[in-house]
Amino acid sequence: MINYAYIIPFLPLAAFAVNIFFGKRLKGVSAYIGIAAISASFLMSLAIFFAFLGGAQKYEVNPEWLNLGAVKFGMGFLVDGMTSVMLIVVTLVSLLVQIYSIGYMHGDPRYPRYYAYLGLFTFSMLLLVIANNFAMMFVSWELVGVSSYLLIGFWYEKKSASDAGRKAFITNKFGDFGFSIGIMMIFALCGTLNFGEVAEAISKGTLSGSALTLAGILVFCGAIGKSAQFPLHVWLPDAMEGPTPVSALIHAATMVAAGVYLVARTYFLYAASPAASAVVAYTGIFTAFFAATMALAATDIKRVLAFSTVSQLGYMIMALGVGGFTAGMFHLTTHAFFKALLFLGAGSVIHGAATQDIRDMGGLGKHMKITMVTFFIACLAIAGIPPFSGFYSKDEVLLAAFNYSKPIYIVATFTAFMTAFYMFRLFFRTFTGEMRTKLHPHESPYSMTIPLMVLAVLSVVAGWLFVQGHAFESLVHFKEGAAEEGNALVVWISIAASVIGIGLASAIYVFKVVPDGFFRNKFPRIHKVLINKWYVDEFYDKTVIKPSLNLARRLFSFDAKYVDGAVNLTGLVNVIISKLHNIFDKAAVDGAVNGVADVAQSGSGLLRKVQTGLVQNYMFLLVAGAALAVVVFFFIK
Amino acid sequence: MLLTLVTFIPFIGGLALLFIPKGKDNLVRGVATAAAAVSLVLSVIVLLGYDKSIAGMQFIEQCNWIPSLNVTYFLGVDGLSIAMLVLTTLLSLISVIYSYNITSRVKEYFFFFLLLETGMLGVFVALDFFLFYVFWEITLVPMYFLIGIWGGPRKEYAAIKFFLYTLFGSVIMLLGIIALYFTSAPHTFNMLELAKQAPLFTKIFQNVIYVALFIGFAIKVPVFPFHTWLPDAHVEAPTAVSVILAGVLLKMGTYGMLRVSFSILPQAVAYFAIPLAVLAMINIVYGAYCAMAQKDLKKMIAYSSINHMGYVLLGMAAMTTAGMNGAIFQMFNHGIITGALFLLVGVVYDRAHTRDIEGFGGLGSIMPVYTGIMMVAVFASLGLPGLAGFWSEFMCFLGAFQVQNTWMKLITGFSAIGIIVTAAYFLVMIQKVFLGPVNEKWKGLPEINTRELIAVLPLIVIMIVLGFLPRIVMELSSASVASMLNTLGTLKP
Repeated sequence: MINYAYIIPFLPLAAFAVNIFFGKRLKGVSAYIGIAAISASFLMSLAIFFAFLGGAQKYEVNPEWLNLGAVKFGMGFLVDGMTSVMLIVVTLVSLLVQIYSIGYMHGDPRYPRYYAYLGLFTFSMLLLVIANNFAMMFVSWELVGVSSYLLIGFWYEKKSASDAGRKAFITNKFGDFGFSIGIMMIFALCGTLNFGEVAEAISKGTLSGSALTLAGILVFCGAIGKSAQFPLHVWLPDAMEGPTPVSALIHAATMVAAGVYLVARTYFLYAASPAASAVVAYTGIFTAFFAATMALAATDIKRVLAFSTVSQLGYMIMALGVGGFTAGMFHLTTHAFFKALLFLGAGSVIHGAATQDIRDMGGLGKHMKITMVTFFIACLAIAGIPPFSGFYSKDEVLLAAFNYSKPIYIVATFTAFMTAFYMFRLFFRTFTGEMRTKLHPHESPYSMTIPLMVLAVLSVVAGWLFVQGHAFESLVHFKEGAAEEGNALVVWISIAASVIGIGLASAIYVFKVVPDGFFRNKFPRIHKVLINKWYVDEFYDKTVIKPSLNLARRLFSFDAKYVDGAVNLTGLVNVIISKLHNIFDKAAVDGAVNGVADVAQSGSGLLRKVQTGLVQNYMFLLVAGAALAVVVFFFIK
Repeated sequence: MLLTLVTFIPFIGGLALLFIPKGKDNLVRGVATAAAAVSLVLSVIVLLGYDKSIAGMQFIEQCNWIPSLNVTYFLGVDGLSIAMLVLTTLLSLISVIYSYNITSRVKEYFFFFLLLETGMLGVFVALDFFLFYVFWEITLVPMYFLIGIWGGPRKEYAAIKFFLYTLFGSVIMLLGIIALYFTSAPHTFNMLELAKQAPLFTKIFQNVIYVALFIGFAIKVPVFPFHTWLPDAHVEAPTAVSVILAGVLLKMGTYGMLRVSFSILPQAVAYFAIPLAVLAMINIVYGAYCAMAQKDLKKMIAYSSINHMGYVLLGMAAMTTAGMNGAIFQMFNHGIITGALFLLVGVVYDRAHTRDIEGFGGLGSIMPVYTGIMMVAVFASLGLPGLAGFWSEFMCFLGAFQVQNTWMKLITGFSAIGIIVTAAYFLVMIQKVFLGPVNEKWKGLPEINTRELIAVLPLIVIMIVLGFLPRIVMELSSASVASMLNTLGTLKP
């Protein structure tokens, strides 16, 4: 089965092709085509996953793909334990999202197109997961980008949606700018783009020192874009303009996971360069903290979740930076389940309550029991309460941070506290208490609630299952990221941080010990900064977007005025000179004696005849002149 | 004989048109299509018979032409020209089909068009400098008339500007050619012979000739600052002529550099590598920014051509395997992609009679098929992986970055900014034209029709196929490039 892994991505691609070309005729059937394809991919992934659990060996195929003589490229696939985990995560979440979408997208005029794009999105991500070289990684990387562009802007009649799609794509381009230069560097120094061969070149010292560090940081730029790390995180909160199931897919399994996966896949760059690792670690921890602060103040249910994704991604990236590659990937896996659950739950809320603003909600739990219970489980998981899945992975991440640097560890723990707080703030305001505005909430159909239940089960058990017999470590292991000793202190502090966070949230929103709006009124300035997302968007608008547009305008007016002006001026000067000739001719004619005048007249007449304005004549003269020159030269020789 | 047939069948078809009586426009269209189609089929036969493992000339035809001047009729193809040959015949046929909507002076239009095709094909197969120059000049005249008669409101200005500008370039080029002729011993116009004599030329001589030839080629490409004729010519030219102009004519410039400068003046090429890379960078970044400022769709794509030809120059300046093959592949891809873009702009212009980006909106809901095709072409143009344009750009960059020269690396890195800017202006364009609520004004616009689909679909298919299998075209040039790099003395992995 493992050697057929390359089929997995192409099944969703086939679904894409069918739905894009025959969507009009297929109508509702298109959903089933998409689901059938992804189900088959999921089953294959499952088989591969169990094969690796059973101890299967890493498998790579690398057929020649381009041969330019001195430069050869292979393009194949690489399947190992980490790939198998990612395959499961991507196909499973995608499958559940597609089932969920039957209900959520019901009646949308572009329903088949939606399923086509989902197929393309899943294909791109799966291709990325099995890539065995940087070129293929980059290709699928960009395909993920374009599919997210299409899906975020799916309701393109809304300007905010098409803006968000464009913003996501272009923001990512900035990251890709660095990533592509990193790839060029690696190719220039190693002469290959195959992961294994590059790793070998590093161990041989072909790529080392500051060049290696630079290459590592440049490749990481790609991850900064895709995994929404500071300073390129700005696209992710806006990306919720897409249909909610798409947000679930983006936030859990497909888009943002790509960056984390990239760093883990190319861990050999970071394992060999402490400086590059440090950049990764500090970017991650800063993002984790920074995004959590924004989640504290946000009032849109999807926006809170979006900031929490950015923050959790920061966690994963930090884990990779501090050398906990396995921990980072573990957190990616558990996060995929509970974050997909949170988004799909939010979708169910939006579907039932027809609003996204948590200030308008409250008391929805009475009407949406399944949604509430599953959402509650997800909140416990992300807060890191044992024995939910998030606890296990977060614990590993904190442990890796603890062993690497105490300041990072402290910030990470504080972030865990904030996470617990804002998640339960969200939960309480949405599902408990009194309804604040007149909504007519209703539970969603089974096609939507069954995926919620499946994800809820996974959010409970995934963490526990994966630590049984070190299952996850046996699947996803790196030479340098050896298993770390457990540390009871870290465990208890992390649990305490979560409990305090939940406690504070319930004190405010359930028991009303602290009045609602206490912090808002006490620190209005901080609150304003937070709801404005630290003014990063405004900053970019002032420093990047406006200046770029200005530069474009200026360069173009330079082009029109000076570059083209010079051309036109040359033309004008020539016209004037020829006119002067003409005047001179006339003056000469007037002033001269008759006989001379006659000669002059006929001469100038001839000259004027030459200036016919007919290009053919000029052309003839040109060729004749050239020929004459040739002949003259020829005879002189 | 095959290359002669490929080259001259369009011209013969054009002559045949002159004997068709007035009023039989459909017969004119049929004959023109047949001539272009036969030429395409024959060029494909050449392609199939072409052995990509051989570096030298294939399908050689040689006979005396003007013995007193040692001018020969000398044709052949190698890895530098084979892709251009097929690109030219393909785009010509597509443009002829698209041009069925021309209704005024039909006979003359197609006559000029076919004459133009012969001129272009001749440039790509001629191996005698004299012959090369003749073909080079032949392309000027029909292009002048095609823009000047069938063009838009400012057609006279654009046509004259195009003509005089490129004529100026070719005169300087002619001086270079004559100098080469008289320096060679025995005097020859034979390009292969001149390449063999290259080591005998002094360095200063090489540099002077390089600059003279470069001006001629650079105007055609066009390289900054010689580019301002291009936006004007494109905006005024009828759709099919824009396709040929961007798709084929520009490549004559870069092809000329490869065929002439790189083969005959290797030392000068090495000497001017960094300045060439700087010009490439300017083309890329400056072209992209200028495109961003445009309100007219066609002008935007015209400036994007300047940007994309910059990649070709960058790959050439690299003089590495990846860079040079990438440059040649980029020439092919740019022809396919920009050709498609101009066709598609023509489609919407024929319906709406405007190209103002700001004036559209919501076309995605009105013309969904058209929008889908346009999106593929735009994404190919902005270098999306999975489509042809990515591989050539990627290879140009990879190859340029490989050069062991810090300046070259900085230039390459800076040039990559162009990719971001390109993405930005194309996506803004898509948003303004195709997305958003339906603009009531355009509600009645009909969907893309069959003739237009026949013209554009082959190009879209090629983009997708080459996106997955770039080797089909890219490996055609590998042997010739390897041998050229050998003589340039810079063969690197």
